[in-house]
Amino acid sequence: MKAIARLSLWLFLSALWFSPLALAAADLEINTPAITSLKQGMQQRHAELSGYYASGAVGLTRDGLVAVRDPAAAPLAQRQMMNSLVTAENQDRQALYREISRANGHPEWEDEVRSTFAQRWISKAAAGWWYQNASGAWTRK
Amino acid sequence: MKTTFLAAVLLLGGVTAGCVTINIYFPAAAAEKAADKIIDDIWQLKQGAKPQPDLQGEAK
Repeated sequence: MKAIARLSLWLFLSALWFSPLALAAADLEINTPAITSLKQGMQQRHAELSGYYASGAVGLTRDGLVAVRDPAAAPLAQRQMMNSLVTAENQDRQALYREISRANGHPEWEDEVRSTFAQRWISKAAAGWWYQNASGAWTRK
Repeated sequence: MKTTFLAAVLLLGGVTAGCVTINIYFPAAAAEKAADKIIDDIWQLKQGAKPQPDLQGEAK
């Protein structure tokens, strides 16, 4: 009987100990140095990429990345530059999704973080930009 | 006696399930909020944060 009372007390105390974790789960940790530096790099790159989004040369993919959609929409002289911007952007995006899931102690969340971002990038995209719809077809916003 | 024991077992089960729930399920709403915040920063969607230093491009 005494043992059960002690067990209940212990359970109650451990539940109390876990409750801050439950509260912490309300927000994801996104303020690590790695995430901040990825964000800065992507913000600077966006100044160069936004023209390609607007012309339709580059579009947002359904898996949270960017891709060259129509190379002909960019002047020949800029295509090489555009390709390397897309490659660099995708590397940063992959790293961002990985870092967010890792910073929150769940590396296995990476795919879910990626699909959350995929939806949010597209819904925040400006009118006229191209994105892949759920079946993978390019669509103009 | 038996009832108390049963109650303790149920409590143990409840607490364990609670902890597992917190840790395993992906927090979709929190992730969406985090994504929005990061995208706003990267695409500079929230005005007033800081003006874009894009004067060089416009001067041409």
